[in-house]
Amino acid sequence: METATSNPDMSSRVEKPTVALFVTCLVDAMRPQIGFAALRTLAAAGCEVVVPRAQTCCGQPALNSGDRATAIDLARRTIAALEGYDHVVIPSGSCAATIRVHYPEILHDDPLWSPRAEALAARTWEILAYLDEVRGWRPDAVSLPATATYHDSCSGLRELGVKRQPRRLLGAVAGLSLKPLAGEESCCGFGGTFCVKYPAISNAIVGEKAAAIDATGADLLLAGDLGCLMNMAGKLHREGSPVRAFHTVEILAGMGGGPAIGEEA
Amino acid sequence: MTSFKTRTAAALADPLLKVAVERTAGTAEAKRALAVDAFAGFEDARTRAAAIKDHVIANLDTYLERFEANATAAGATVHWARTADEACAIVVDLCRRAGARTVARSKSMLGEEIGLPHALAEAGIRRIETDLAEHIIQLADERPSHIIWPAMHKTREQVSALFTQHHRDPHVEETVAAMAESARRELRSGMLGADVGISGANFLVADTGAICTVTNEGNAELSLVPPRMHIVTAGIEKIVPSMAHATHMLRLLSRSATGAAMSQYTTFYAGPRRAGDRDGPEEMHIVLVDNGRSRMRDEGLAEMLRCIRCGACMNHCVVFRQIGGHAYGSTYPGPMGAVLTPALDGLKGNQDLASACTLNGKCQEVCPVKIPLPTLLRGWRERSWREGLEPVSVRRGIAAWAWVARRPALYRLAVGGALRAMRLAAGAGGWARRLPLAGGWTDHRDFPKPAAKSFMDRYGAGER
Repeated sequence: METATSNPDMSSRVEKPTVALFVTCLVDAMRPQIGFAALRTLAAAGCEVVVPRAQTCCGQPALNSGDRATAIDLARRTIAALEGYDHVVIPSGSCAATIRVHYPEILHDDPLWSPRAEALAARTWEILAYLDEVRGWRPDAVSLPATATYHDSCSGLRELGVKRQPRRLLGAVAGLSLKPLAGEESCCGFGGTFCVKYPAISNAIVGEKAAAIDATGADLLLAGDLGCLMNMAGKLHREGSPVRAFHTVEILAGMGGGPAIGEEA
Repeated sequence: MTSFKTRTAAALADPLLKVAVERTAGTAEAKRALAVDAFAGFEDARTRAAAIKDHVIANLDTYLERFEANATAAGATVHWARTADEACAIVVDLCRRAGARTVARSKSMLGEEIGLPHALAEAGIRRIETDLAEHIIQLADERPSHIIWPAMHKTREQVSALFTQHHRDPHVEETVAAMAESARRELRSGMLGADVGISGANFLVADTGAICTVTNEGNAELSLVPPRMHIVTAGIEKIVPSMAHATHMLRLLSRSATGAAMSQYTTFYAGPRRAGDRDGPEEMHIVLVDNGRSRMRDEGLAEMLRCIRCGACMNHCVVFRQIGGHAYGSTYPGPMGAVLTPALDGLKGNQDLASACTLNGKCQEVCPVKIPLPTLLRGWRERSWREGLEPVSVRRGIAAWAWVARRPALYRLAVGGALRAMRLAAGAGGWARRLPLAGGWTDHRDFPKPAAKSFMDRYGAGER
């Protein structure tokens, strides 16, 4: 599995890059403010941001369910929608890994699409890695007096090497202190379709995760993938925990004072 | 057999199982982390180990023939078995020829795979298990739940009860030392009086014809030294070219399995007792078993044949840690088992194994030979999809989703409609405790009420 921490693509040096934001289907429907937080942080980091209209879903549910033909079809459409920009940035490690790691794999034998998949993969970034590594940006004007704990979502961590970047970015938020989470690299049991296909196992896994989060005593739970966050936040809320959950990019955009996941606006 | 869901439900309902699994796997996880930290060049060692195995698997015929020639020259007899049944028949036949009434067996997963304990029982041959955990399993009339710790699913309190019930001279104090002593009293005479010893092999060394075994209880030696005949059963993928390659693999095996730099006993042996030897068996037989392995190599599962059976993938698997090994319903549990079982026993009826995984990649991260387990599991999911084994509800759900996702304008309308429906169903407040059609989620977790409008709608309306 790839554990890239830097992208070899030379286009990463562009002065004011044009960035296509892929919002992910989950962010689009469930929590739009993650998309707006991404727009704000990318603009603050000196990017020209566009949101291509033709985007829908990257095809990950089909890919992970074994429906390769559908995954390939959605991959081609997504590639066509996201081509032609300096970078593609995604507020989700698992969707970014689908494009960066899995598109080249599933289109490998296609002479027409394989080069396009490779080219797109080389300029696609998970947003926290992008802000930190490519743009060298810091949330200088953001303050949030709170304690937070961080969960490393699996795809971002193991397929893209997202580990230090969110911590460096969050370290620049005035007043925010990070508390270590026992088992921070351990899967929360979301796993896309896994959580609905095997709800009892998923529940057992997230139950342990929620207990570990509670034990930190932190005010906030942060992560970089909305799926994992909904799973953990949903369990924490069911268990009556006061811990509130945000996508990391919301905190970086100065939206940590607003409603957390599951709180009414 | 019961379904995967039934077995997992039973496992999740057993609080003692969770305690037992966590004690052993949790300790192994912590100890492995320390061992890896102390191992300079661990990543390079993994890369080299994977390369060694890949080379051997690609040239299996050459190395197997070399092994056979050298083992024969050392005085052993090499037998070949294409299937599990053939392997068992060879072993039972050898036992009968030796007039064996009792065999001392050293746990081997290959033995479990081919059903050897059952075959010996059928043949009326008494089996003394020299591995303590396997002895526990035998008393409980169960199968191993882990490839390193067959009885990891049992707490020491449960083991104590088993010994009290079955041992002729059970322990009086419920301490580990007293229980071990009780097992010793029970087993020792049987081990020493066995006619035949049966063990597995961790490695088969091609250039010397030697077998390498690794144990912490000396049980392989107990099956090798006292009996008149020693039978080794091993999968053909266990081969390594030379002693140097074997020792390289050994550096990774114990650290990955238990976190120990080395196991208590690591033994290389070639051939039976020679003139002047003080001990050893009069006859040594090696049964090399294919049982689907060459087919795996030819059908895109060659990387799985790198496996050195350390169990690190299961020790670190969030799913295994919740349900234990028996829920997998197969000889090999955990991530490696989920890849192996469909290859050995067929995909139909086993398709849950590949699905019941979050694809979090931890297993691959800890695998000492870098087996791309998530990729191989995804491969089984694809085959299951192609063969129509996935549930109709899942197929329809993905098809409907994909149909809409191919049409961005329609997709946006559909998202808008779904959001309105979900918000209505969720009722007042930010969190929904019950959502129609989402019972799998809301039975256990609250569901955050979705936004009134999607990002794309708001962005399209000019919001930034």
